[in-house]
Amino acid sequence: MAPMIDTLDAVTQPASTNGQSSVSADSIKVSLSFSHYPGGRFAHVDLGLSVADLEEMYRNMLLQRRFEERSAQMYGKQKIAGFLHLYIGQEAISTGSAYALELGVDSVITAYRDHGLALALGMSSNECMAELFGRQDGCSKGKGGSMHFFSREKRFFGGHGIVGAHIPVAAGIAFAHKYKGDGGVCVCYLGDGAVWQGAFHEALNLASLYELPVIFVIENNQYAMGTSVDRSAADPNLFKQGASYAMPGALADGMDVFSVCRAMQDHVAMAREGHPSLLEIRTYRYRGHSMSDPGKYRTKAELDSHKNEDPILRLKSYLLEQELFAIETLDVIDEEVKTEVLESVEFADNSPLPPLEAIYDDVYTQQDFPFLLI
Amino acid sequence: MATLQLREAIRDAMVEEMDRDSNVFLMGEEVADYNGAYKVSEGMLERFGERRVIDTPISENGFAGLGLGAAMNGLRPIIEFMTWNFAFVAMDQIVNNAAKIRYMSGGQFSFPIVFRGPNGAAGQLAATHNTTVEALYSCFPGLKVISVSNPDDAKGLLKSAIRDNDPVVFLESEFMYGMRGEVSEAEDYLISMGQARIAQEGDAVTIIGHNKSYWRALEAAAMLADDGYQAEVIDPRTIRPFDWEAVIRSVKKTNRCVVVDESNPFASVAAEVAFQIQHRAFDWLDAPVRRVTAKDTPAPYARNLMDHYLPGAEDVYRACREVMYL
Repeated sequence: MAPMIDTLDAVTQPASTNGQSSVSADSIKVSLSFSHYPGGRFAHVDLGLSVADLEEMYRNMLLQRRFEERSAQMYGKQKIAGFLHLYIGQEAISTGSAYALELGVDSVITAYRDHGLALALGMSSNECMAELFGRQDGCSKGKGGSMHFFSREKRFFGGHGIVGAHIPVAAGIAFAHKYKGDGGVCVCYLGDGAVWQGAFHEALNLASLYELPVIFVIENNQYAMGTSVDRSAADPNLFKQGASYAMPGALADGMDVFSVCRAMQDHVAMAREGHPSLLEIRTYRYRGHSMSDPGKYRTKAELDSHKNEDPILRLKSYLLEQELFAIETLDVIDEEVKTEVLESVEFADNSPLPPLEAIYDDVYTQQDFPFLLI
Repeated sequence: MATLQLREAIRDAMVEEMDRDSNVFLMGEEVADYNGAYKVSEGMLERFGERRVIDTPISENGFAGLGLGAAMNGLRPIIEFMTWNFAFVAMDQIVNNAAKIRYMSGGQFSFPIVFRGPNGAAGQLAATHNTTVEALYSCFPGLKVISVSNPDDAKGLLKSAIRDNDPVVFLESEFMYGMRGEVSEAEDYLISMGQARIAQEGDAVTIIGHNKSYWRALEAAAMLADDGYQAEVIDPRTIRPFDWEAVIRSVKKTNRCVVVDESNPFASVAAEVAFQIQHRAFDWLDAPVRRVTAKDTPAPYARNLMDHYLPGAEDVYRACREVMYL
C-alpha cells in the first residue's frame, strides 16, 4: 500500500438564528486521504517487471527522447510545420503507464503533447514521423499533424488540440467499455492547465456518477504554456480535485518510471472494478510549450535541477547499479534507437504527399457526400 | 397511416431503433425519470431501463462529449438537448470533436451519433431561448443537419439519422411537438437524408421553407391560390447535405423563388440557397431571389415585437407577389 497524504478540512456552518434549522450548528469536518507514490520507493520486482520489460522500457523512453530531438531538428529544417509540442522530460509517464495497461484492450486518449504516448503504445516511429511531415503514410494520413496522432489498432483515441475538450470524450470511451462489458478501461491524460476547463469538472462528475472505468491522469509539468501552476491554481495540489466528485486522488513522481507504473497499476485495478480515479503525476518539460516558446518564464537553475533527475538517466543508473545490464548493452540500445529514428526521417521524407483529391476523403463515412464545390 | 403528434413520431423512431440495435441509447437532461422535458421520451425509461435511458446533470458540454467518446468506442448514442439554445456550451464538442476528429484521424474513428432537440423560436422566452441554428451547424463539414416540419418526416429521417455512421444534428421544435399528422406505418420506415419533399406543385413561384417556416410557406401558397396563382412549395428537410437538384429543377420551372427561414438573415440557410440558385440557375430567373427571415436582431420578449421579429405568412405572401411583379 502506498503511503497516504492526509488533509483535514473543517467547514463551519453558521448557527441557525430561529432554532428551526435541521442544519447542525457544529462545524462539519471532512477528512481526505490521498495515496502517494514518491520517487525511489519502488523497485522493478515490486511491480512484477521482468528484466526483459526493463530493457523495453529503457528502449522506449529513449526512443521518445531521440524521436523528439530529431523532430525539433526537422522542424528547424522546415520539414515539419505547424505546432510541435515536445514531451521531452515526461517520458516516464507514457512508458510507465503503458506497462500497467492491457494493450489492445484498454483505451488511451491525450491532449496535443502526444508523440511520446503514441510511441509508448507501440505506434511505429515511421508512421509518427511521416505524420509530422504531413505525408500519406502518416498515422493520420497527413490530416492531423503533430497534435492529432491516432491509432485505432492500438486503441489510441488521439491526440487532441483543444485544451480539456478530450476529457468528456474519455468518459464516453469508458462508458462504452462498461456498456459493452468488455473489461477495458480508459486512461485520459491531461495537462495541469486543462484542470481549469469546465470540461474537466463535468467529465469527472459524470464519470463518478456513472461509475465509469476511467483514470484521469494529470501530467503536471508545472506550466500551462507560460503560466505556472502556482499562478493558475487556487490550490496547486491538483490531486485533490477529485474529492468534490467522490473520486480517489493520488500523487506520483513523474521522474521515476517505477513510481508512475505502480500508481497506474493501482488505478487501473480500481478502474477495472468500476471506480474512476484521479492521478496527478508531477513531471517537468525541458523544452518550451511549443517550438516558438523560449521559456523565459523560468530560470536556467530551475530547468537544470529537473534535468538532474532526468527519468531516462534515472532508469539507466538503476539498471547499472542493480547490475541488470552492462553499460555496453545499453550503448547498443542507444545506437539502435538512433538508427531507428534516422530511418523514420528517411521513411517520412520518401513518403508521398497526400494527393489533392484526398482533401474530401474521411470527412464523412458516406462515400458520395455531395460537397459544395464552389 | 397512423395519426401521431410530432413528439410521438420522434419517440417511435427512437423506440424502434433501440429495439433493433442494443448499441443505441438515449441520454440527456430529464429524459428518463421525468419522461422528457417535452415528453418526447415518455415511457422509454420504463421500456428500456436506466442502462439505456440515462438522465444527466446539467452539463451539456460533458454529456455531449461523453456521447462522442461512446460513439468512438462502438456505441450509437442519441443525445438530447433540452433545447438547442443550451447546446451552445457544448459547441466545442460538436464543432471541434464531432465534426473534425474523423478527418484528423485519417478516417480511423467515426461518430454514429445523433444530437437532437427543439430549435428555433419557442414563444416569449426572450433572446437566449429563441435561437435558430440550422445555418450555424451547416457551416461545419463533418456534420449532417436535418430540420423537420412534420411527424412523418421526423420518424423516417430520425430512424435514418440513428442508423447513419456520421454525426447528425437533428432539429425539432417546441411549437410543433403537439402537432398531429399522418405517419407511415410501413415496417422500417426510412427517409433518405439529402432529399427534399415537394409538398405542393405549382408553376408561379417556388417557395422553400423548413421546420416551422415550411408552414409559413404553405400558408402563403394558400393566399396566392386565392389570387389564382399556384406556388410550388419545397421542404428541404435536410439542410446539410441540401437537395440542390430539387430546388434548381423547380426554379427552372417557376423562374421565381422565395426562401423562408427563421434564422437571422446574415449567412442564413436562405443566404446560401439564394446564392446557389443565382449560381446554378441565373439564366432562368425572372426576378432576384427574395428571402424572408427573422429580423437582424436578437429575439425580443414583448409579444408584438416577437410577432414582428419572426417571418410571417403575410411577409412570405408579399415577397412572392414582389418576385411575380404583382
